[in-house]
Amino acid sequence: MCDSASPNQFAQKLDSYIDSLTHKKENLIGVLHYAQEIYGYLPDNVQWHIAQRLDIPSAAVYGVVSFYSFFTMIPRGEHVVNVCTGTACFVRGAEKLKEELENQLKIKAGETTPDNLFTLETLRCVGACGLAPVMIVDGEVHGRMHEAQDINEVLAKYRPES
Amino acid sequence: MKLKNTDALNELQAQSLKLLESRRAIDSVGTKNAQGLVRHVMVCGGPGCHSSGSPRIAERLEEELNRRGLTEQIKVFQPGCFGFCEKGPMMEIFPDNVTYCEVSEEDVTTIVEEHFIQGNLVEHLVFMDPNTKERFATNIPFYDGQLRIALRNVGYIAPENILEYIAADGYQALAKVLFTMKPFEVIDVLKQSGLRGRGGAGFPTGTKWEFTRKSEADQRYIICNADEGDPGAFMDRSVLEGDPHSVLEAMLIAGSAIGASEGFIYVRAEYPAAIHRLKIAIAQAREYGLLGKGILGSDFCFDIELKLGAGAFVCGEETALIHSIEGARGEPSVKPPFPAQKGLWGKPTCVNNVETLANIPPIILKGAEWFSAIGTEKSKGTKVFALAGKVNNVGLVEVPMGTTLRQIIFDIGGGIKQRKTFKAAQTGGPSGGCIPTKYLDSPIDYESLTAIGSMMGSGGLIVLDEDDCMVNIAKFFQEFTMDESCGRCTACRVGTKRLYEILTKITEGKATLEDLDNLEKLCHIIKDTALCGLGQSAPNPILSTLKYFREEYIAHVVDKTCPAGVCTHLLKYEITDKCVGCTLCVKKCPMHCITGTVKKRHVIDQERCLKCGACMDQCRVVGAIIRH
Repeated sequence: MCDSASPNQFAQKLDSYIDSLTHKKENLIGVLHYAQEIYGYLPDNVQWHIAQRLDIPSAAVYGVVSFYSFFTMIPRGEHVVNVCTGTACFVRGAEKLKEELENQLKIKAGETTPDNLFTLETLRCVGACGLAPVMIVDGEVHGRMHEAQDINEVLAKYRPES
Repeated sequence: MKLKNTDALNELQAQSLKLLESRRAIDSVGTKNAQGLVRHVMVCGGPGCHSSGSPRIAERLEEELNRRGLTEQIKVFQPGCFGFCEKGPMMEIFPDNVTYCEVSEEDVTTIVEEHFIQGNLVEHLVFMDPNTKERFATNIPFYDGQLRIALRNVGYIAPENILEYIAADGYQALAKVLFTMKPFEVIDVLKQSGLRGRGGAGFPTGTKWEFTRKSEADQRYIICNADEGDPGAFMDRSVLEGDPHSVLEAMLIAGSAIGASEGFIYVRAEYPAAIHRLKIAIAQAREYGLLGKGILGSDFCFDIELKLGAGAFVCGEETALIHSIEGARGEPSVKPPFPAQKGLWGKPTCVNNVETLANIPPIILKGAEWFSAIGTEKSKGTKVFALAGKVNNVGLVEVPMGTTLRQIIFDIGGGIKQRKTFKAAQTGGPSGGCIPTKYLDSPIDYESLTAIGSMMGSGGLIVLDEDDCMVNIAKFFQEFTMDESCGRCTACRVGTKRLYEILTKITEGKATLEDLDNLEKLCHIIKDTALCGLGQSAPNPILSTLKYFREEYIAHVVDKTCPAGVCTHLLKYEITDKCVGCTLCVKKCPMHCITGTVKKRHVIDQERCLKCGACMDQCRVVGAIIRH
């Protein structure tokens, strides 16, 4: 998400993307991907806007947004912490890792810390099964996360120096 | 540069061969004695090695070579997955025929100094067999018994350079199909080869193409299903990242055989590297006239579009996938009509999985007999497995069909971690089942796996040991399918939730034998009544564990114990008379439910105990705190 741009510039960017598409309605999912990339999430007004521009009912847009787990209607924190809950990580202690993260961040999976710094989520298999259990912060994979101390050190890297 | 005909392709291949000239084994270390060849250092860029920092290693290596003025003699590449993820980041040096394991950034200077300048092996980076302590600079036992067909180029060629793919016989199969074969001949070759869908169900690929071809229509479509959803399988991702052109070429062949001019690759949004590589590959193929109008000077026109998924497991089901491409919710529809009759936008559509497609160019080039000679009677060729869990060598393995589980887990996989006892192998992901010890020696193919209550699935193979609770494993998969159920049919939407609730009751020690009966009955009802493959196969993990590990269910239900010591509600921590009264556990207990005075035996208040195990972790006296 680009912080310097105003909501108006976001809307312009989104509109010019939609204009560039030959097939509009069929590309709803692609448009939503693009919108989430620029806005960071998909609030009601953005969904409404997309519905109008693609000439489809807003209920249909909401139906798609709520169906796919990749789309979110609530803003995420500055850093997104994901725990891999694929089978390989599960048998090597992903559940404990998730609990430890919930402990350290004092939030449940799916929530964001009050200071808006971290969002904790789960995802399925990133293909780093050799490093299980893994956590992923902003796309960067951290493997063999067995100890509370290691987890704490990883999180510390993302906290502002105080 | 658009390739105008087969001759132009052949000429380009001849010119490009020099790119791969160095990538063979001459067995020499150092800067001399390599027959004047430029050295190629391949730094594995597979998902596992990438995660443990291989891009930084490649960068550091380039910096170091640059600093020493060696960039002309030594080139660095980042190909796809080598497969041996356990020992990543991996590095392979050609033509020296040397593989280094667990390379770190700090090792880069040593490698340049020792290996390249002094001409010595860097011993500590050479693979050591954990059991025999023998070292292998090449021919690592992990690769014995493997046969790479789908993964033939993965880890070998640079995936972002179409010329390397062309040098490795790329697009030759397409040329053969376009200029020397008729569409029905191509379909015949596939049928005779015995290739079956690698996505899970194992439907014969040639027959699928034939059905699509025979459906009357003005337009047909090819879809590559790259929505790899099994939580523990990453072979499709490795093919897309390591050899994207093989998928494009196979889609082109499929397009010409079934009469389609448009193809779609439906790829998970969670695979950004694969998407990036595919975009590059598609752009290059267009540039060389291998996608677009009049391909290689023929009258065949074909183009490919990427479609991103958005995180829905059910979209691996072909009708759901088609709806997702159309921009709708990825809900399945009732079959028939099959996609081959009425698919994308109502037109005949052929949906093939990534690994299936990757097998097709070699089949066309080498012939149906070559392929059908590999494997078992009804399952031909090879299968890629993502071997993971409690096994020593986690990685991606490709073996001929009919290889036994024992060979995969104990020979290739190097046995169970920490010398523990093998309990079961889980195959087929959330749609599959658990295979117990007694079937370790049965050959793996589509039929045998189904016969023992599991399935091939996309190829996830998770090894479980004595510490894994089978009820808990079934619960894990049930939670997955419950989350991923699209909600269209009641059997799956409500049924998977009820199954999950009963399993939760069992793992919490609150279930009765009647619950166990209901669990089994409900499994069969869902199997018989769910709309799509997701729902119909959702009870498989429960049914297979009930079949082979019923005693564990009984232990949970009747004895209220968890034999593997996993289900926390059923655990009991007790302090024995070995306790010396050091008070360490008292201080550590988060519930403050341990009482006792110094040098006297302590007691845990069982009512308040959370079963977190913090006391046992702290205790320094063996046997003073026991868990049962």
